[in-house]
Amino acid sequence: MDLLRLITCGNVDDGKSTLIGRLLYDTKSIFEDQWAAVQLASERRGDAGPNLALLTDGLRAEREQGITIDVAYRYFATPRRKFILADCPGHFQYTRNMVTGASSAHLALLLVDVRHGLTEQTRRHAFIASLLRIKHLIVCVNKMDLVDFSQAAFDRVREQFMEYAERLEAPDIQFVPIAALHGDNIVEKSARMPWYAGTPLLYTLETVYVLNDANHVDARFPVQTVIRPPAAPGPAFTGYAGQVASGSFRPGDEVVRLPGGLPARIKAIHGPAGPVGEAFHPMSVVLELDRALELSRGDMLARPNNLPATGQDIEAMLCWLSEQPFDPARRYLLRHTSCETGCELRTVRYKLDITTLHRNPDAAPLGMNDFARVTLHTAVPLFFDSYKKNRSTGSVILVDEAANTTVAAGMIL
Amino acid sequence: MPHLHLSQLDSLEHEAIHVLRETAEQLPHSAILFSGGKDSLVLAAVARKAFAPAPPPFALLHIDTGHNFPETLAYRDQFARDFGYRLLVRSVQATIDSGRAVEETGPNASRNVLQSVTLLDAIAELKLDAALGGGRRDEEKARAKERIFSHRDASGRWDPKNQRPELWNLYNGRKKPGEQFRVFPLSNWTELDVWAYIEREKLPLPSLYFAHDREVFLRHGTLLAVSPHLPLQAGEQSARERIRFRTVGDMTCTGAVRSSAATLAEIIAEVAAARQTERGTRYDDRRSETAMEDRKRQGYF
Ligand SMILES: Nc1nc2c(ncn2[C@@H]2O[C@H](COP(=O)(O)OP(=O)(O)O)[C@@H](O)[C@H]2O)c(=O)[nH]1
Repeated sequence: MDLLRLITCGNVDDGKSTLIGRLLYDTKSIFEDQWAAVQLASERRGDAGPNLALLTDGLRAEREQGITIDVAYRYFATPRRKFILADCPGHFQYTRNMVTGASSAHLALLLVDVRHGLTEQTRRHAFIASLLRIKHLIVCVNKMDLVDFSQAAFDRVREQFMEYAERLEAPDIQFVPIAALHGDNIVEKSARMPWYAGTPLLYTLETVYVLNDANHVDARFPVQTVIRPPAAPGPAFTGYAGQVASGSFRPGDEVVRLPGGLPARIKAIHGPAGPVGEAFHPMSVVLELDRALELSRGDMLARPNNLPATGQDIEAMLCWLSEQPFDPARRYLLRHTSCETGCELRTVRYKLDITTLHRNPDAAPLGMNDFARVTLHTAVPLFFDSYKKNRSTGSVILVDEAANTTVAAGMIL
Repeated sequence: MPHLHLSQLDSLEHEAIHVLRETAEQLPHSAILFSGGKDSLVLAAVARKAFAPAPPPFALLHIDTGHNFPETLAYRDQFARDFGYRLLVRSVQATIDSGRAVEETGPNASRNVLQSVTLLDAIAELKLDAALGGGRRDEEKARAKERIFSHRDASGRWDPKNQRPELWNLYNGRKKPGEQFRVFPLSNWTELDVWAYIEREKLPLPSLYFAHDREVFLRHGTLLAVSPHLPLQAGEQSARERIRFRTVGDMTCTGAVRSSAATLAEIIAEVAAARQTERGTRYDDRRSETAMEDRKRQGYF
């Protein structure tokens, strides 16, 4: 059994909470006491029956407002796969939450109300999914019961979406007509839509092939921490611990230290269960080298014939996450793999309007939910790849040095 | 598994190790909150692997409510010895004796809320950067939104509306002096994952998890153990039954389930077929619909 990480998104009221409730319910991931609580809450609200959407309703403030306001994680499993679902709120002011949820997802479920077709919010969410390099997008055309399960209505939404998607980089887009409220095309193929030739949603989720999505080519190992047991008899042990960012490493491989370029060979690789013959993303391992390279946190190991880019001027697409707009008087830190360094926002080339995809040379400072094409200047050189090629070595966050808050997410171009 | 592919349990283990190492670097003075329950013992077992062959850089911290099952305390001491951990115990009784907290009264009195005071005092006394917990997001609605690196202000409070975005595997553990973190490396594990890991790693378990005969009685639909901390009230009758516990907590609020599961395989089969969440057997979560969130805001684990 393997693990699939996905997000759900879409305009408010298109049926996201209902769909999640349905997936949890139909995979028997809901317990009697949770169900009883939902029934009770539904009665109190005066809902007609148990409201599936309430299953995913978390914090007190949200319950009062009747909306979801932060990324919440849900878990369900079938015999084939375990799923981690990041449930992202629909409103525009929570765009940053979707960016957060999308950062680790393999797949996005995008809900569309068949009666309304694509809204601005649907377009934004599709764009964010493609910007964050989610390779698989499933457009769930929902509420098919309200259009008499009409194929023409479904096709209209599909064509509308495909036209928009030409401007996105989304390698795998699928469409499923569903009625989340009634369960049509969720687990079983719906008898009410015989014209639909595809598979039900859950089956698609169980079988979508994500193995090739990770970068297995460019070997990158950011050193996270150095393992040095207290003095013991025998030769001293020094191991470099970290998570393989991409590619793979084997004992005997020649590696070079960045910065500096000093070479060494891998003597042994230790995984959680003992020595391993190969380490690949996202394994957390300890590398032992055949000579002392004096590595420390923030350094990187790569293969001599396949090195990352290096430099202090980083071209990136930035999404501003903080309520505090960018302020040139404040100091910001950049985090990239296991390294942290001072950073300046040198140029904002343009802001991107994610509804129209227009580029606005906008003078106003970057504020919450803004996307901008920027140049960052770091205090020390980074070793990086483009986000497009490598999600691990191509992603950064910015931290406000005085407030310590995470203020922006960046994808290196 | 195909080449270059991890099983879901391996993925979760590697992720937890990454988080533990990140904690050691960013929040070097931290301790693992150890209750003797299955989540904390899995966390402590993974942490030992994360730094091998060096010893784990964290101590185990137990907040002892004084209402623990004796089996839990015996297990705790043995575990710390076997896994090479330094064990720190801070007691709620001492907090009460010092006047920092006032014991609840009444038939449903529990020390669950008071634990938060003892915990915050211990964090201040030991100058901890972070307390690592075995909390999982599938456990409870409020946890589903909590970050893996969860920031707490100087008085230990969690502000669910003001959490730091957590993207990719980049964790932000920066804080001002006096502030602290809770770190949850097992956030993405489910109850079944925890059991599957215990089985795979052959981890020792407290005996409370296995079916045994015990004097129990029913209160508000929960089967509770008879103990000096929980006297029977008028009309309540105890009986000897074959039971086990799904969580390890205080004798005053941890509900038992009738069960004959005597081996790990039988427990896993029972958990997989269960129709109640594990916290459904915890009396403390049922006080209100937002019980857990309220306690977390106050500084609870
Ligand atoms: N008729 C019909 N109504 C639906 C369907 N799915 C969701 N709804 C209703 O649409 C409304 C909004 O759904 P909800 O799941 O709360 O939307 P969210 O804001 O995207 O999470 C609710 O009243 C649902 O009952 C569907 O398939 N058919």
